[in-house]
Amino acid sequence: MAVVPTTAPPESVPRSRGRRARITPARVLFFALFLGLPMLIYVVFVVSPFVQAFYYSLTDWRGLARAPQFIGLDNYITLFHDDVFRRALRNNMIFMIVLPTVTITLAFILAILVTVGGDSRGTIRGIRGATIFRVVSFFPYVIPAVVVGILFAFIYSPNGGLLNGLLNLVGLDIHIAWLGDRRFALAAIVAAVVWSLVGFYMVLFVAAIKSIPSEVVEAARIDGAGRFRLSVAVILPMVRENVSTAAVYMGIMALDMFVYINVMTPNGGLGKSTEVVSRYLYQTAFSDSRFGLASAMGVVMALITMLMAVIVLFGTRQKGER
Amino acid sequence: MSVDLEEPRSVPARSASTPVKPRRRRMAPRDRVFTVVAQTILSLWALVVLLPLLWTVFSSFKSSGGILSSPFAMPEEWNFDNFVTAWTEAGIGRFFGNTVLVVGAALVLVMLLGAMCAYVLARYEFPGRQVLYYGLIAGLTFPLFLAVVPLFFIMESLYIRGTYIGLILAYVGFALPFTVFFLYAFFRQLPEEIAEAAAIDGAGDFRTFFQVMLPMAGPGMASVTIFNFLGLWNQFLIPIVLNTDRDKYVLAQGLANMQAQQGYDSDWGAMFASVTITIVPVLIVYLIFQRQLQGGIGPGTDK
Repeated sequence: MAVVPTTAPPESVPRSRGRRARITPARVLFFALFLGLPMLIYVVFVVSPFVQAFYYSLTDWRGLARAPQFIGLDNYITLFHDDVFRRALRNNMIFMIVLPTVTITLAFILAILVTVGGDSRGTIRGIRGATIFRVVSFFPYVIPAVVVGILFAFIYSPNGGLLNGLLNLVGLDIHIAWLGDRRFALAAIVAAVVWSLVGFYMVLFVAAIKSIPSEVVEAARIDGAGRFRLSVAVILPMVRENVSTAAVYMGIMALDMFVYINVMTPNGGLGKSTEVVSRYLYQTAFSDSRFGLASAMGVVMALITMLMAVIVLFGTRQKGER
Repeated sequence: MSVDLEEPRSVPARSASTPVKPRRRRMAPRDRVFTVVAQTILSLWALVVLLPLLWTVFSSFKSSGGILSSPFAMPEEWNFDNFVTAWTEAGIGRFFGNTVLVVGAALVLVMLLGAMCAYVLARYEFPGRQVLYYGLIAGLTFPLFLAVVPLFFIMESLYIRGTYIGLILAYVGFALPFTVFFLYAFFRQLPEEIAEAAAIDGAGDFRTFFQVMLPMAGPGMASVTIFNFLGLWNQFLIPIVLNTDRDKYVLAQGLANMQAQQGYDSDWGAMFASVTITIVPVLIVYLIFQRQLQGGIGPGTDK
């Protein structure tokens, strides 16, 4: 689970009077265990793979048989001449834009309906049955992504799938293989992912909306703001930080998507129409043993991820206030 | 960003302005119309969420033929054959056990190590503290799939690739940044007076942590544990890279593998039963703990 830090940098600890300075054997042991042990695991299994990946991306490494040769930026050049990689990257970009937009819009609307529904006088009290809606909406979030993928592969199945079945119920006699059709495959995958995410962000937004000081909401109402204006002009700006955090979360996810693609359209779909970089990377590394090239893909995606996070977080922070 | 323990039911401002619990007033007509519309839309969304889940559960009781021919019919009889097939022949039982073992061990380890690490970073002043903190937080922004290729070879060279230990350690490593990030905030909020009191009473660093500070961080530990549980239970990329021995598959891997091998027209019933077996326990756990999760982790605006 990836989270984007939005807290302020840790200021120096103001207290700890008289607790520092004394270095006793017990304290050395304490630090070794409490700080050393977790850090050791973190460095060996997290930091060092990331660092090594940068190095491997500059080599032609193909596995243990032969020592890797340093080949500079050749892998990166190969990548950008590779049609499949470019298509995969394009698909990731589509996901990165569409997923957060659709999910956040839907989640915000639902959160507004839950909180701003009900009595318009006084504080935000929420709609009747709000708890049930929140609990139910959150269900998909606790379902493993693999299962969401499998579930939707069933739903989209051309024979016996739930979606075609529902369409047949309302009189449309169609038999579309939603995931096997270039026109629908990407949209179908987006819909599945949105389904699994909306509840979580809805709950997040509901919590944020509820913590808006009631004076603000009341003042807006006294000034004659209707529900729509209240939501868009008052509430939305006040939960802006949550929205941008949500966008970064989902952006990071959209640049991955490995699980969903791997389960719903193995091999990247018909004509690579749903290929994404993470899946292509996995294939390049563990089927083709081109570890250097695969690492270069990972580096490209890491840079894009960071760039996206920086743009979203700073872009939303500078607007308005202060 | 902070972790809100419960939904902010009692925002101070509100309790100050309305000290008495407000009586329910009759709503204005416009409010009532809006409420009805809102209820309708929310109910539709609830249906969109529930329909696939109910369909899965019902289908898991049907035969494969029944699923294909009449997808919306209720099961003719409540037949548990599919579950038996899934649990034994398809190996879901074994995968389930593996997952419980790996996720359980990783969860205990990462919560312990994460709490220890967060505690030291939050409450002790020493050179390099900020570097370590930021170094840990940076781990949150890097895409996991960048690390898997080297990770594969690190595990290989330590002779722990394809073992439970290797998988558990990888889980711990990658869950550590999230854990420390959130627990750090908790330990910083704890009042210093209590730690001082403990120190005056003669408690050393270890006792202060285990007997005073850790219990006080209980609510935070609970939320982070739940999120870590979900994250690790969902983990897919790490196991399919590191854990290639079929006997050691975790649930996510086993399911994906089963689906890949099945294609479209084989044993749908067993597949649906496997999915049901995976979903239902997590949903039950969620329903039990949903109080902690609601409003769970989010940037707090009230501080």
